[in-house]
Amino acid sequence: MRAPRLLRALSSLRVRLVVAFALVAAVATVTTGAFTFREARTGVLQQSQDTVIEDFRERVDTLVPNYRFPPARSDLESFASDVARGGRSDNWRVLAVYRELNATSVTGDAFRELSPAMRESVHARRATVFQRVTVDGRPSLVVGMPVTFAGQYRTERRASGLEVYLTVPQTEEQGYVDALVTAIERATVPALALAVLLALLAARGVLRPVRALRRATRSIAEGRLDTRLTVHGSDELADLSHTFNETAAALEESVTELRRMEAGARRFAADVSHELRTPLAAMSAVTDVLDEDAAGLDDDTAMAVRLISEETTKLADLVNDLMEISRFDAGAAALHLDDIDLAECVRRTLATRGWLQTVHTGLPEPGVLRGRVDPRRLDVVVANLVANALRHGALPVHLRLHGQQEAGGRRQAVIEVADSGEGIPEDVMPHVFDRFYKSDAARTRSEGSGLGLAITAENVRLHGGTVRAANRPQGGAVFTVVLPVGPEDTERRAARPRKGDRS
Amino acid sequence: MPRVLIIEDDRAVREGLRLALRRQGHEVEAAATGEDGLARLRSFRPDAVILDLMLPGMPGLEVCRRIRVHDQVPIIMATARGDDTDVVVGLEAGADDYVVKPVRARVLDARIRAVLRRTSGPPAEYGTPRTEHHGDLAIDRAGLTVTHQGVPVALGPSELRLLLVLSASPGQVFSRRQLLEAVWEHSYHGDARLVDACVKRLRSKIGEVPGDPRYIHTVRGFGYRFGAR
Repeated sequence: MRAPRLLRALSSLRVRLVVAFALVAAVATVTTGAFTFREARTGVLQQSQDTVIEDFRERVDTLVPNYRFPPARSDLESFASDVARGGRSDNWRVLAVYRELNATSVTGDAFRELSPAMRESVHARRATVFQRVTVDGRPSLVVGMPVTFAGQYRTERRASGLEVYLTVPQTEEQGYVDALVTAIERATVPALALAVLLALLAARGVLRPVRALRRATRSIAEGRLDTRLTVHGSDELADLSHTFNETAAALEESVTELRRMEAGARRFAADVSHELRTPLAAMSAVTDVLDEDAAGLDDDTAMAVRLISEETTKLADLVNDLMEISRFDAGAAALHLDDIDLAECVRRTLATRGWLQTVHTGLPEPGVLRGRVDPRRLDVVVANLVANALRHGALPVHLRLHGQQEAGGRRQAVIEVADSGEGIPEDVMPHVFDRFYKSDAARTRSEGSGLGLAITAENVRLHGGTVRAANRPQGGAVFTVVLPVGPEDTERRAARPRKGDRS
Repeated sequence: MPRVLIIEDDRAVREGLRLALRRQGHEVEAAATGEDGLARLRSFRPDAVILDLMLPGMPGLEVCRRIRVHDQVPIIMATARGDDTDVVVGLEAGADDYVVKPVRARVLDARIRAVLRRTSGPPAEYGTPRTEHHGDLAIDRAGLTVTHQGVPVALGPSELRLLLVLSASPGQVFSRRQLLEAVWEHSYHGDARLVDACVKRLRSKIGEVPGDPRYIHTVRGFGYRFGAR
């Protein structure tokens, strides 16, 4: 989990910009520095070495005629010392070699800077040879020069066998070079810092509108369709913000229009049922009169009268259901909660409708499962589910009620109503809770208002519960209602033993 | 023959109810407005009033309040379901019960008879004292009168029946469901707001201090219990 998050953070626009800017800055500084360094170093060293070689040659040429040839050991020593004194600084160390004789300007000097290869080169090529060496971390320039005699005709130069070597420390030059490196290093750090700063600024310029866009999109997704962006400038991001605003405006307009139409349709249904209620109230009042008198009428009239009576009752039920749905739509449906014994509530629902013998029940013992619900709405839920099972399924119909503890510790009641019919066809399943949905177009209207399961679902939802439909493996449909029933009340527990025998 | 006054503005509903209730054996008078209804209340002296809440002119709730100023006649409100606030306000104004329109005559008749039974209490059992005393409260079960600190308390039929049921078993907890069935003769799934509103009215009439009742105690999560303190 951590690695992908890190990867995502690293791939964010801001980080990428910072890394890119820093890389460019680093490459630019280092490349420039490297070239400058190389040129400067070459320049500095070349110049100092040219000067040294020139001085050395001049010194040797000047001094050689003053000494007899072939030299004795003491001659060589004084020659070396004389040459060494000619240096601009005191740092010249000279080695003079003649055949097997060695002499150094500084007594006991091992002259370790001089490599055998160089000696060989001086010996063989009879030319001035130089080499830069570093011994014990100290850089030095080593120059080797064979002393020659001018020939009789000055056309050839003969090797005298005398060779002179010079070692000059180059710490000063190295110092210049080091200073250069330090300068480059010092330039790199501020350049990098500046690059990061610029990158952050650039990222902010890009990210701010992007972030605003993201917030606005999320806000729209959450349903705040009046969300708009403030447009700054005229770049591509400003264009995008403009487009976003136009899209949001169009979306808001269509949604408002849709809502207006839907609200209109619902208000119409509510108004119609409201208007129907008053004439129905008058008709319902007299249906009992019609029922009583039908017996004394001739057959045709009696049938007509009974028809009117029955259909008035159905119409009244339908209008009541419509009114109920309208209240859910209007958000005007209220819960009237009461603490009740849920098993008793379900048993009463079945008893009122004469279903106790028809439906197989599995209910908890009295007092075991109490809960805080709206008894009237629970009655509607259970009655509608059982009526649906009896109407569309087949006997036996089973009703089971049990309590359970949700993961969060909330108590729930679970009601299952199962029938033994053919079950719900797959294409009907998503629509079972729809209003007026008829699985079979030819099904007659007399099988209920078509709102029963829709009202059931609304009632369950109002309680904060869930209802779902499924088919049982052994055949038949099963409807499962899960209702939150509130916390177990301690005071009520204490009251239970005193409940008496009135229930 | 019980006398029933119907106050209903719609002519068809009014005539329908009058016809149906007359067939159920009631003597019925009908008024189209609240003002007319209040006038007939004095001349007709009904045993029960069916009151439509949606009246032109004087609203049904106002009619209910005016009746209750001097009269404890049973009042049954006729409402549209979902007019929840009206129901609660009506019950607190002193209505005894309500029916949801459209209502069948047989259902309305049952409600009228139930409310009438509340004022004709059961005969006092042999050997029980005529008057019970609970603190400052004196309840005469035979005469169906209640006095508080010696002063007669005018209780509506539901309030009286509720007090009789509760005080018959001091200390026993009654659930709202039990009281709905015992006092209002409603189904188990009826509206418990009837009970709550009635308890509220009863408490204020017998001089209970809000929040610290002496006689009718709320048992949270269950119902009510009577016990003089």
